Amino acid sequence: MTPAGFLSQLLQVAVALVLAPLLVGWVNQCRAWLSNKSAPSLLLPYRTIRKLFHKDAVVADNASPVFRITPYIVFGSMTLAAAIVPSLATDLPFARAADAIALVGLFALARVFIALAAMDIGTAFGSIGARREMFVGFLAEPALLMVLFTASLISGSTALPTIVDTLAHRDIAIYPSLAFAGVAFTMVSLAENARIPIDNPATHLELTMIHEAMVLEYSARHLALIEWASALKLFNYSCIGLALFLPFGIAQPDANWLAFVAAMPVLIGKLAVGGFALALIETLSAKLRIFRAPEFLGTAFLLAVLGMLVAQLLGG
Amino acid sequence: MGPGLRWDDADPVISALAWIISVIVAWLAVGVLGLVRPRSIRYVGRVLFPIGAVVGIALAALGLASITSVAQTTVLPLGLPGLPFHLRLDPLSAFFLLLLGAAAAGISVFSAGYFRASEGTAPGLMCLQYHVFLAAMALVIVADDAYVFMVAWETMALASFFLVTTDHRIPEIRRAGFIYLLIAHIGALAILLCFGVLQGGLGDYTFGSMRSVSLSGAWGSIAFLLALFGFGAKAGLLPLHIWLPEAHPAAPSPVSALMSGVMLKTAIYGLLRVTFDLLNAQLWWWGVVALVLGLLTALFGVIFATVQTDMKRLLAYSSIENIGIIVVGIGLTILFKSYDKTLLAAITLTATLYHALNHAFFKSLLFLATGSVLHATKERSLGKLGGLIHRMPWVAWLALVGTLAMAGLPPLNGFVSEWLLLQAFLFTPSLPQSFVNMLVPLAAAALVLAVALAAYVMVKFYGVVFLGRPRESNLAYAHDAGRFERIALIWFALGCIVLGVFPTNVIALLDSVDAMLVGSTVGRIGSSWWLLAPLNADRSSYSPVIVLAVIVGVVLLTIQIVHRQYHGRLRKGPAWDCGFPAQTPRMQDTAEGFGQPIRQVFEQFFRVERILPSPFDASPRYKVTVDDHLWHWLYLPVARATEAVARAVGRIQQGRISVYLIYSFITLLALLFFVR
Repeated sequence: MTPAGFLSQLLQVAVALVLAPLLVGWVNQCRAWLSNKSAPSLLLPYRTIRKLFHKDAVVADNASPVFRITPYIVFGSMTLAAAIVPSLATDLPFARAADAIALVGLFALARVFIALAAMDIGTAFGSIGARREMFVGFLAEPALLMVLFTASLISGSTALPTIVDTLAHRDIAIYPSLAFAGVAFTMVSLAENARIPIDNPATHLELTMIHEAMVLEYSARHLALIEWASALKLFNYSCIGLALFLPFGIAQPDANWLAFVAAMPVLIGKLAVGGFALALIETLSAKLRIFRAPEFLGTAFLLAVLGMLVAQLLGG
Repeated sequence: MGPGLRWDDADPVISALAWIISVIVAWLAVGVLGLVRPRSIRYVGRVLFPIGAVVGIALAALGLASITSVAQTTVLPLGLPGLPFHLRLDPLSAFFLLLLGAAAAGISVFSAGYFRASEGTAPGLMCLQYHVFLAAMALVIVADDAYVFMVAWETMALASFFLVTTDHRIPEIRRAGFIYLLIAHIGALAILLCFGVLQGGLGDYTFGSMRSVSLSGAWGSIAFLLALFGFGAKAGLLPLHIWLPEAHPAAPSPVSALMSGVMLKTAIYGLLRVTFDLLNAQLWWWGVVALVLGLLTALFGVIFATVQTDMKRLLAYSSIENIGIIVVGIGLTILFKSYDKTLLAAITLTATLYHALNHAFFKSLLFLATGSVLHATKERSLGKLGGLIHRMPWVAWLALVGTLAMAGLPPLNGFVSEWLLLQAFLFTPSLPQSFVNMLVPLAAAALVLAVALAAYVMVKFYGVVFLGRPRESNLAYAHDAGRFERIALIWFALGCIVLGVFPTNVIALLDSVDAMLVGSTVGRIGSSWWLLAPLNADRSSYSPVIVLAVIVGVVLLTIQIVHRQYHGRLRKGPAWDCGFPAQTPRMQDTAEGFGQPIRQVFEQFFRVERILPSPFDASPRYKVTVDDHLWHWLYLPVARATEAVARAVGRIQQGRISVYLIYSFITLLALLFFVR
């Protein structure tokens, strides 16, 4: 573990924590523009989080400690995930601690805790949200893992920095396995981040919500942490996508500090384009009925498996 | 050491195997002592079961100590004339003895506080059955000839049958016991036939002789398939899983824990012993058979677990899933070994054994937790539980550890073995058969699907039982577990954490088993006590210590910062629930409701029968039953055919002496005709 590596590690986590709400603000702004509405401020998510931290927390009478500890655990898992995913540099000492499979495990940990917290109060919406979240997760999680497996097969490693280093040094071309994986990953990201067509982040229409139904009972600092963690999740997913499919501009281990500094604007540029694309997809598609979700996610899963088969048989 | 004992290696001190024999004898003695005062709960519970637990710890320590030592053998002058008992202790048996001892110790402590006076079997008698069961399992693991193996195997089956039917006054429990005994015997027959093939015409049934016999490919395959069938019946492989969801809910909870956590593993032990130790060559397609069967079992088990409404049935189906995962590991190991990829075979074997150990811990923990819930509420049905975390915090928090471990989440133990298995899938090099090359990624996909569904099952289990609001009013009087029960639950929860956080040390222990069975060990280039790197650290690494430390660190830091920077004010109020005023506990998801999406998606897997009310019903009723197709497609036709044959045969029984004399006469004539 070099001091430079440690520094880049800390810096990357800090950048993720700071930039994540901005990404959400940007996507919301793009969505508003695309649907011809006047857009909220780019900084609105920060203000929301700050406001929530100042408020008094109200917790249901029959809440157990599981309910109160969950926001912290979800936030902790997402922070660790942000430390693992190479967004700015690949010289990440913490990435040794958790590879691609463990990353999916971390997301699952957050999902299970938030679903348990949703069931804790014992309201109708909480349990319906938990049920639907696990329902979406049981297909999305394997699909994500298959996407990461495809990249692992190509690079001969499940360590995310090694994957990025390998993929970044390949010739620029369309690889069939990665093309399948890319489509699958896009679909999974939509589902996992509670986006249209699976869920709607803006909805409070009771019958259709998934993520919002689970966090209905949260308020103040707990809600702030959940919101921040959701933003971090979106940020992490975006960075995984960028690292796998556009791995250029991320500082390599042998690079000097200049590359690290240069990686920042490149990341912001890529995230801006990615966020716009997300808003575009959301604007152009309609929300699916919950029982159409397995078809959508099943397609993603099959595409990812196809990508893995192609990678296994054709070697990339 | 008695005069009849003969040790092969001249050991100055008493060898580990002698100690293990004394452990078996000690368990039997504890069991027999139960008959002294069979009705005294104090005597049986507070004295005998704790002694049994201490013996279990001794066995675990012996297994741990002898896992790296060379094989020891001995011959006991018991059994038939000319057929003495051969026993042997090698790394494979030492590992399974460790598993048995560690799990039995915890379960015995729990039993000390669990058994009450009941309508069924007297506690003292149950103590005998319980300890005979334990001793038989230990004897299965150290058996070194087919004769003592079968004696121990059948003793194990019978002892557990009596334990399952403890509450024998209830018809369903008698039925469950019957199905269990039936399948156990079908399996035992297959194992017996398997040993018959393995002795290769020499007539020598010691395992030592079986090792030296070289069977032809066809006979070897027959032996393997018989072993897969026979041990699969005990382990719960498809389609012989049918007894698990019946027997586990019927048995008292410590017995369910023992059967699911340990007895299923003796079947895994037997399969490993026959496949890797006694059969000297393996064919690649055996691996494919085991792999496919394991995957089907895992998916089947987990899909059925999602729709269960009885908490012990849910756990039983989840045991089927975990056995499926273990058999997938065995299949991959055979596959890799047959292609001489010994390093990969070592990784998959390590993952297999690790998962067996993990499953023993978290499944015992969860079954024991259901026992405490059952005691506190007299209720097994998920639809009548809920909110128990407030009434039973000890059980709830310890069960949470087991829940997370079983859902395969880092940094607990279930994740480590699944991680290792997936690594093996990922680094499968191109194998000579293109069919196998296609199969491996597909198998990985199916396995990942099963693992993801396991998380669904566990959220359902934990959320419905412990979280939410109590669904029945009498749950307000539920009491937490007693002292003995708590100690047992803590033991297993600690095991889940330690096995999850220090995987490198566990894997180092398994090296000698790997070396014995597949001739290689897991490489640990760049591994250290905190970092697990099975191939080398550049390819893949995982450090549960750091994952745990970072998450705990961030949680504590965030709490500190939020409370310092802002405030820690907290108010209690009624639940918000979008402002709906009248909320009752019945508005929460039931167990059926929580599983409904999966039931709908996998509708073809289930035999669903619905009774729907019509608009004109005076008292409308809705009922849905979810059943297993295999029961109707396989078991009932076989049962009907058996009955038909029995009726046909029954027709020749006239009940008159003269008719029977004619039968004898005809038989005699026929025999004379043949012998002539």
